[in-house]
Order: sequence, then structure tokens, then C-alpha cells
Amino acid sequence: MRKLTYAAAICEAQCEEMARDDRVFVVGEDVDIAGGVYKLTCGIREKFGEKRLVGTPISEEAFCGLAVGAAMAGLRPIVEIMYIDFILMAMDPVVNQMAKVQFMSGGQFRMPVTIRAQAGAGTAEAAQHSQSFEAWFAHTPGFKVCMPATVYDAKGLLKSAIRDDNPVLVIENRVLFFDEEEVPEGEWTVPLGKADVAREGKDITLVATGIMRRKALAAAKALEGKVSVEVIDPRTIVPLDMETILASVGKTGRLLVVHESPTRNGIGAEIVRRVVAEGFDYLDAPPKVFAGSDTPIPFSSTLEKAALPQEETIVRAVKEMVGA
Amino acid sequence: MAKKNQSPNAGVVAAEVPKELKLHMLRQMISLRRFEEEVKRLYCAGEITGAIHLYVGQEAVAVGACACLRDDDYATSGHRPHGHCLAKVFDLNRTMAEMMGRETGLSRGRGGSMHQFDKAKGFLGGNGIVAGGVGIALGAAFASKYRGTDQVTVCFFSDGASNQGVVHEAMNIASLWKLPVIWLCENNQIAATTTVARSTCTPDIAPRAEAYCIPWAICDGNAVLDVYRTVGEAVARARRGEGSTFIECKTYRLEPHCGIIADQRPKEELALWRSPKKDCIKRFEALLVGDKTFTPQEIEAMHRRVEQEIAGAVEFARKSSFPAPETLYDNVWAEGAKS
Repeated sequence: MRKLTYAAAICEAQCEEMARDDRVFVVGEDVDIAGGVYKLTCGIREKFGEKRLVGTPISEEAFCGLAVGAAMAGLRPIVEIMYIDFILMAMDPVVNQMAKVQFMSGGQFRMPVTIRAQAGAGTAEAAQHSQSFEAWFAHTPGFKVCMPATVYDAKGLLKSAIRDDNPVLVIENRVLFFDEEEVPEGEWTVPLGKADVAREGKDITLVATGIMRRKALAAAKALEGKVSVEVIDPRTIVPLDMETILASVGKTGRLLVVHESPTRNGIGAEIVRRVVAEGFDYLDAPPKVFAGSDTPIPFSSTLEKAALPQEETIVRAVKEMVGA
Repeated sequence: MAKKNQSPNAGVVAAEVPKELKLHMLRQMISLRRFEEEVKRLYCAGEITGAIHLYVGQEAVAVGACACLRDDDYATSGHRPHGHCLAKVFDLNRTMAEMMGRETGLSRGRGGSMHQFDKAKGFLGGNGIVAGGVGIALGAAFASKYRGTDQVTVCFFSDGASNQGVVHEAMNIASLWKLPVIWLCENNQIAATTTVARSTCTPDIAPRAEAYCIPWAICDGNAVLDVYRTVGEAVARARRGEGSTFIECKTYRLEPHCGIIADQRPKEELALWRSPKKDCIKRFEALLVGDKTFTPQEIEAMHRRVEQEIAGAVEFARKSSFPAPETLYDNVWAEGAKS
């Protein structure tokens, strides 16, 4: 075992996959200068040169389109979007082209593009550098979407994404970049579509995505002795591991979904829909969603904190549901 | 990894165009025209549904440009792609079957008029989004350079697309990285119902490339040999690793924007562009008869042969099955799975 940060895990995954397959390259803004703004492409230039680590002008629409064309011509691009907010400049190549070419071409082309984009709030960067868009992409047929929340998953999910023949959006979280964990030596992958039971419990299931895994685990610890909380991290939003979620709800009878992105029309609503449709008989109480406020992310720290689920507010939401 | 040239004399820049190539180009131009006339007829009869954007009048551009390409070169197109698809792929049967939504179509009936693809011949699709193919062309050219091949990419787009931001982003990158891509702006003088004069601040579009240090040329898009020579030079430059070229082909769309939008252009203007003086097929035929490449009888025979081939394509499409409903989820993902 050894210690590794979330950011270093991302670098390591890319280096390993680039060594494994010379069709893999990284493209994005500033990726070639000293490992990028957030140091997520360190070590690539030294090992593979500028040919495979392509720094671009600030032209998201062009370089996301480039990834589509390069994939159609047989390469396997990794696109870094510096902040997920900036992907809005590239919605045509990403949503109209990348997500649809396999289908529209009758399967002639594959689309092995990995989009790495960091998302989320909590760093006082306000409304255009803090958003969470997983629900938008989950709503677009053609994508797979995952949200690694641990160092182990940051590496393992990214490696699976790069090997996948479909467009995969890997949503990273910058608050986690300096998290350090004990991880194994060498390589591993985490399959897309497989949830993780982050903590076992028997009274209530918390399905918590991305950074909410950490907050949900903290809340579960705070409730120890009062409420036994099971925490499920889906890891992949599309495809969603309903089997693990239903097994948990079957055990606890209660479901609370916790996510950072806005509550309205969010992935929590989708998870509740599926649990109601596929596991209604398991439920002892109405399933609920506790998620981000339906507001843009504010700057001021008091407001930013109020906009997002926090450990103490998750504790309160759990207590309400179990009547504790 | 250069493969065998499929088009006669592909990539050759010749003042003297061989007879075999002239034959190839005339046959393709007549085929494109008759294909579109048949599509229009089938659309009016309800056998083809959806949106159809006809290429009638612009055949010299697609044919002249694609005559410079090999099968392993790439082309992208826009929402008016039938001509580019036929000129690059030249499969009348499967293109017609796609128009009619059949399983035997190029895209197995999933794409239709605007989304025909052919991987084997490097046709990276029509596109429902104006300028949607621009980034894709950039990526295909990037892939050729990445692999160290001499493949080139032709990006067909329109006067309408030239005002999209991505065209400028892509020209900058193509020039910066010396990518082997030819920006082929087909100026048919109108986008849907908005003329170039109302959409574009400059009289010509090609000189914009100068801002990106990209060599440019303007050619008569209704003169197939002019297109062939101009694109041929650009292709040769790109193969030599000298990067991108911007070519504006001045032409004219003879049909309305699509099946359901009425055309309000002056009748005299339309009549002029349909006349022997302007029409690209009539002009090429007159040239070939004038220089004694063909006799009028030989050209007439070619029209009859194309007529039969188009009838055969319609027959092929009609006999083909529609996709089975249970295949709906095919290729949403590579593994075809439901989520």
C-alpha cells in the first residue's frame, strides 16, 4: 500500500492508459504547461511528449469537435475541460455530435472519448465556476457519466472510461484533489455501472454522489448509536447500479438521496422514480431527496454553505425521516 | 500508408484532364442531379419523409472536389449532404435506401437525409447543425497528422456556416498546427432564406482566411474543372504537410431551402442559373462536346444509363426492409445496452 492524492491518481490513470494504447491522447486548455492549472496531467509530457499532450487555444467548441473527428478517425481522445461550466461553450460537438454519432451512423463509428471535467462548489468561485451538470448529461442518450469520490475510484473509473468505446463524462471534484488515501501499488480498474457500499447500516439508505459521499459518511458517523445509516455511492450515474441500491433499500426500508446539484429535476428525482417503480414494496416511508438549492451558486461563504447539503443538515434530514 | 487511388487521377494537378476523369466527373454530376430530382419526386409523393435539402445546381463543387480525394481521405458535410455523400461514396442504392429509412441504408435508416455516413470511404457524415462538421473535420485532420499519414480532409460548409464561431476557432487551430484540412466554403448565396448580402459583412468569404495565415482561393463553383484544379492544388499542399487552405466556390442553389419552405427569389434569377450559360452540367457538357471529348449522342446515352441506375436505386430501397422496432436501442452505446 502507498499514499496517493486524488489529483495524482488522475495523472497516473492517464499515464498508464497512454502507455497501454498509443491511440490515447490528452487535449485541453493549459494541459501541456506544467501539468495543467490543477496539475491533473503531470508526468505525461515527460513520458509521451507534446504530440500526445495537446494544449489548445481557448476554443472549447473546436477542440471538443476535434475529439469527435479524431475518434471517428480511430483515436481515443481524453478531453480536459478546465471547469465543467466551460463545456457549455461546446454543447454542439458534445451533445449534438459526440453523443449521437454511433447511433446516427448505424454503428459504423465508435466514440471512445473521455471527457474529464471538474465540477462542484465549495471554493468561493461563484456561479460560473461551481456548477454540477451530471443530470444534463445523464439526460442525453449516448453518454455514460461517472463521479469518482475517492482516490481509488478516481483512478479506477478513469481507466475504465478511457477503455470504453462510448463517450464517458468523468466528473471530478476539485475539493477532493488534495485528498490522500492508502491505495494499492500498480494498476486497477473500477467498472462503470457498479455502485460502492461505502458504509453498511440497517435503518436508512443514503445514496450520495460525488463529494456528498464524504458528507454522508460524516453524517452517518455523527449518528452512530442513534441511527444505523447505510451509504451507497453509485459512482456511475449512467448506467446506474439499481441492483445495489434496491438491495440496500430492501434492507433498510428508507431512502434519502443526497446530491450537490440542484434538487429540481435532478438525479435524485430519477433514483427515487426507479426505486418507486422497481422496489415500492420495500419502502416503509416516502423516499426523499436532499440536494443543492435551486439557485445559482452564490459567492459569499454563508450563502454558498447554505446552498449545499452539509454534514449537519444531512443529519437533520435523516433524523426527520427516521423520526429520531 | 497511402492506399490505391480510387478516383481516376486522384490528387493530380493537370492542365490536361484525362478523358477518363472527365467521364467520371460528368457521370457523377448527372447522377447527383438525377438523384435529387428523384428524391424530390418521392418526397412529393410521400415516399420520402422528413426534411430534404436538395443539392441541385451545386454538383460541380462536390464532384470536382471529391475527384481529388482517395478513399482513405475524409470529408465532412452539412445539412445539404446528398451530393457530398454521393461524390465521396458513390453508392446510389444505399444512399437512396437511407433517404427512405431502410435497414440497408448507409446509416441503417437511423440517420436519414442529413446523417449519411460511410466509414469505409471516409465520409464522416452530413450534419443537422450548421457548421457541425467543422470541428469533426479538424479532428480527422488531426488524426492524420498524429498518425503521420498523408490523408487529407475536406470540410464542406456553406456561406451560412461561415458566420458560426467554430469556423474561426477551427481555422486558427488548423493554421497553428498545420493540419491537412481544406475548408471548402460552398457559397450558394443564400442560407435558408437569408442572402449573403444580408448575412455577411464582406463581399467574399475566403479572404477571411488571411486573418488566420491560411492561403485562400475563390473559384467558379459551377465550373467543375476549376473546382478540381483549385482543390487539387490544396490537396497536394496538404499532403506535402504544408497545412490548410480555404477555398470559396461561388455557386447557386436551384431549389428552395428544403421541401416545406417556399422560395422567394426572383424568377429571372432562377431562370438565369438554370440556363446553359450558368448551369454546371450544361456548361460541362458543352465544353466536352466543344473539345470533342464526347459526342452529343454519347452524353445522351450517359443520361439514359444514369436514369436506369437511379430507377434501380429506388427499386433497391423499396425492396429493403424498414428497421425492426426491437432494434431501437442499437448503438446508443457500442454494446447496445439499455441503461
